[in-house]
Amino acid sequence: MPDPDAAPVLEVAGLRKEFGDLVAVDDVSFVLPPGRSLAIVGESGSGKTTIARMIVGLERPTRGTITACGHDRSRPVKSARDRRRRGREVQIVFQDPYTSLDPRQTAEVTIDEVLRLHHGWPAGRRRARVAELTELVGLDDRQARALPRSLSGGQRQRVAIARALAAEPAILILDESVAALDVSIQAQVLNLLADIRDETAVSYVLISHDLAVVRQLTDEAIVLHRGEVVERGRTAQILDDPQHPYTRRLRASVPRPGWKPARRA
Amino acid sequence: MNGPLLEVDGLTVLLEVEGTPRTVLRDISFTMRPGEAVGLVGESGSGKSMTARAIGRLLPRGAEVHGSIRFSGSDIGSLSGAALRRYRGQVAMIFQDPRAHINPVRRIGDFMTEALRTNLGVPADQARRRAADMLAQVGIEDGTRRLRQYPHQMSGGILQRIMIAAALLTEPRLLLADEPTTALDVTTQAEVMAILDGLRQDFGLTVLFITHDLELAAAICDRTVVMYAGQIAEVRASSLLHDDPLHPYTAALAAARPDITQTAHRLRAIPGRPLSAFEAPTAECAFAPRCPHARDICREALPVLAELDGGLSRCVRAHELRGQLQEVPRA
Repeated sequence: MPDPDAAPVLEVAGLRKEFGDLVAVDDVSFVLPPGRSLAIVGESGSGKTTIARMIVGLERPTRGTITACGHDRSRPVKSARDRRRRGREVQIVFQDPYTSLDPRQTAEVTIDEVLRLHHGWPAGRRRARVAELTELVGLDDRQARALPRSLSGGQRQRVAIARALAAEPAILILDESVAALDVSIQAQVLNLLADIRDETAVSYVLISHDLAVVRQLTDEAIVLHRGEVVERGRTAQILDDPQHPYTRRLRASVPRPGWKPARRA
Repeated sequence: MNGPLLEVDGLTVLLEVEGTPRTVLRDISFTMRPGEAVGLVGESGSGKSMTARAIGRLLPRGAEVHGSIRFSGSDIGSLSGAALRRYRGQVAMIFQDPRAHINPVRRIGDFMTEALRTNLGVPADQARRRAADMLAQVGIEDGTRRLRQYPHQMSGGILQRIMIAAALLTEPRLLLADEPTTALDVTTQAEVMAILDGLRQDFGLTVLFITHDLELAAAICDRTVVMYAGQIAEVRASSLLHDDPLHPYTAALAAARPDITQTAHRLRAIPGRPLSAFEAPTAECAFAPRCPHARDICREALPVLAELDGGLSRCVRAHELRGQLQEVPRA
């Protein structure tokens, strides 16, 4: 069981991002204890993906700090060594498994490249680890040797998850990572992510608009609206008893048995 | 006329993929009464979009079509020229991604009034007035301003409402809606669904609503057709589908979805992946390889779509499994 008093693996404080006149992210703060899962919930334009991109290092914050595993990452790295260290702290799985893999690399080669870069292990040890990782995410031997074009969407997303885990990150960012999958495949991948968390003590940041997926995978959640946090707390509590009017509206918009869509006045 | 508006009978479609014809739809039959809303639900490759395309006469070139589709009693397979254009005026289609189906360099007004001006000979100023009125019907108040704008100047939600308004301008009798809210935010989806439901009632519109979401279909549809591997698995009153399904696939689909009101220890995932029609077995139940209820009898022949408790189910064990499908055993 993760210790809630342990030092957080990820700490975001006063984060702000401006694109010209637009404030995409405004004064966002949160902490993520080790082995826990945090959801960042919001609709398009809420700033949730911009936050993910800043944590990974694809965008530079206008203001505020991001600290992962005790290291500041709000500024660009100065050396290749630091860049690799950051890769071992945070990895990301994107939404679209069709554009996030190199079409010329098999799953095995994709994973092996990460192992070589981050751990520098000899070939034998890498081969064993590739086998472990492909098994962990449920790819069979044929799929592990296949190019992305002969894999289904769900299989590609497993490759992307295995590639992210190969760096043995402390934090895995899941940016709408199950949103593009069919319902029956989505359930398989959500179960897989729960298993991986139990087995590896990795922490998740789940970026999602899907409240049912959020409930299934996370302990805590923050709700973003136009770049600002409007509600935060235990995921179950936010969904069972939303306090902010926006969270209530979001909750009421989810189709469920007997649901009738209502037009807003 | 009290007969059905649409009758799909034994529709089988083959498409050529890399030189070989592949079955994408297998023996699809259903009817729609005027004013009825029917949901067409399934995962990727189930054939739900292809069914709508066949009805809209929008199948790719070279498609091999068997069976018949009758609209208002006449077969649409043989239509061409002016008759086909007339048919298309009566059957409108809206798609998942409005940006992919609108010309980005033309103004909204130009796009919306084109069919009225060119097909129906409506004068331009009158067509613009009708377009602005229709925008008000879908909740866009400043219609005349929107008509002067370009697609990039509006959000996806507004653009999808414009697509709906444009589709309704020619006063179609049948609306084919192919995942029209999938690309939208949930709060916007709720609004667009409410608009569709309202229009359906105001205009007496017949709607075929295609989605992967059982509950979304239930929100505005009277009946739901569940498809798997290019076949119909189940037809059921939408309100009964979630709590009292007739086919194991429907039950498994509902059980696999995470629940917003509780965290499951494990989700009841369906093993394997959804099959396309050409990959699925044809001499046995197509769902049998993934079905927790499959027995030897399921592998002996392709089950027929049989009547059961006011619905239809393509499962040989459907009768025997009545009331037990909610408790999915471990495969």
